[in-house]
Amino acid sequence: MARHVVATVDDIPAGQRMLVKVGGREIGIFNIGGEFFAVSNRCPHEGASLCKGRIVGLVESSEPGSYQFSRRGELLRCPWHGWEFDLRTGKSWCEPDRTKVRSYDLKVEPGGALVEGELQAETFPVVIEKQYVVIEV
Amino acid sequence: MSIVELERSGAARSRLRIIDCDIHPAMTSWTEVHPYLAKQWIDHLSVYGSHLRHAFSEALSHPRMSPDAARVDAYPEEGGPPGSSLELMRTQHLDPNGVETGMLIPLRWNPGSQRNLDFGVALTQAMNTWQVERWVKNEPRLRASVLIAQEDTGASVAEIDARAGDPNFTQILVLPKTDEPFGRRRYWPIFEAAVRSNLPIAIHVGGTNGHPSTGGGWASYYMEEHNTVAETMQAILTSLVFEGVFERFPQLRVVIMEGGLGWIPSLTARMDKHWSRLRSEVPHLKRPPSEYIREQVWFTTQPMEEPGTAAQLIDLFDRIGWDRLLFSTDYPHWDFDDPRYAFRANLSEAQRDQLLYGNAQAFYGLP
Repeated sequence: MARHVVATVDDIPAGQRMLVKVGGREIGIFNIGGEFFAVSNRCPHEGASLCKGRIVGLVESSEPGSYQFSRRGELLRCPWHGWEFDLRTGKSWCEPDRTKVRSYDLKVEPGGALVEGELQAETFPVVIEKQYVVIEV
Repeated sequence: MSIVELERSGAARSRLRIIDCDIHPAMTSWTEVHPYLAKQWIDHLSVYGSHLRHAFSEALSHPRMSPDAARVDAYPEEGGPPGSSLELMRTQHLDPNGVETGMLIPLRWNPGSQRNLDFGVALTQAMNTWQVERWVKNEPRLRASVLIAQEDTGASVAEIDARAGDPNFTQILVLPKTDEPFGRRRYWPIFEAAVRSNLPIAIHVGGTNGHPSTGGGWASYYMEEHNTVAETMQAILTSLVFEGVFERFPQLRVVIMEGGLGWIPSLTARMDKHWSRLRSEVPHLKRPPSEYIREQVWFTTQPMEEPGTAAQLIDLFDRIGWDRLLFSTDYPHWDFDDPRYAFRANLSEAQRDQLLYGNAQAFYGLP
């Protein structure tokens, strides 16, 4: 496992996503209202590129005829078969224990901390004043 | 408890070799068939439009899960509906998935479901030529299907005869929402022409005939309606069997497309059971229904069943017959099956090759 600086927080506005490649893996970085999450770009069901899916909320119902919508923008829906994945956990909504997309540890760190550490910021120069998205792969 | 995770190398991907029996090409607009339509019908389209045999003529009977029932990633950058770009079809599907031959199944515009029969017939002729000119001539991996307006039997036979022997076409295509159950005698000239032309009849989910999708009326939800594709296929298969189509046309070959698979053993067992008790009502059936189906009916694999255990999938294939299964992806539709992951069982290399390639190669007589 190594830590990788993959983006600045400014690169991914709230509600947006970015696809990055780290060590041959395609990983999607998602900004949910200022919180960042990283999941594999490969759907665990049949391998679709998850990052091409729609970012959706959670629709639930306490009884027929009654609907609740919550967690706006926190679920990712596969572009093929529509599996819904919780971006916070990687778990699918319908089979949370059995079908989950791999998620990666992610931290937002200031440039100053990175320059002093031994990070693999090989893709771009790190500026002390900025905030960076760092994932562990 | 297992976590499903997929890691595949690029090498494994390039080894694939498949025949995809269900690819849906699309027009960017009606103007694509104008060159193949008489002026009368171009004018008809602009003045009266397309009218299908159900309410809300230009709409589907139920909202599809995604717009255009399509994969979200299948929209061409240059615009147009999914399936309208040959270039995207190549780079997104044919090339990476190792498609050596792909069968075109045009569904939209529904010529067989047009209220105006003469327009429907003209549209089948135009769309058949369109498939060759727009797709097969530009991409030798693709093959066309002979669309027919089945409610006009005479015109259907003429169109089949006109395309017979043309190597661009591999089969006749009918959507199962026919006006009457498809085994009825009014449709028999079509079966006769199919046998004469040595073309199988593909019956692919779809079409509109004004009847509700279920025996219990109109479904409320797309998910509800989506399950009825199996019911519809069961109805059409029982009609073909009990009307005596397979007995009358022993050379006829039928392929049921996208109707699911799990129901097949249960239906054939039930039909055999009833035949053993009620045979005298249909004395024209000489043999148990399952035998006709086993010998004259094939099935495409998508949407692949995903049972709880791999053993159940193997058992299902055993019961249907491994040689009756033709691989299909349904590209570019949302319930697309990826050939790398569709079969959730440890298949031998020979089994996998049979399903992905060999069966279709034999069925369509491909080199």
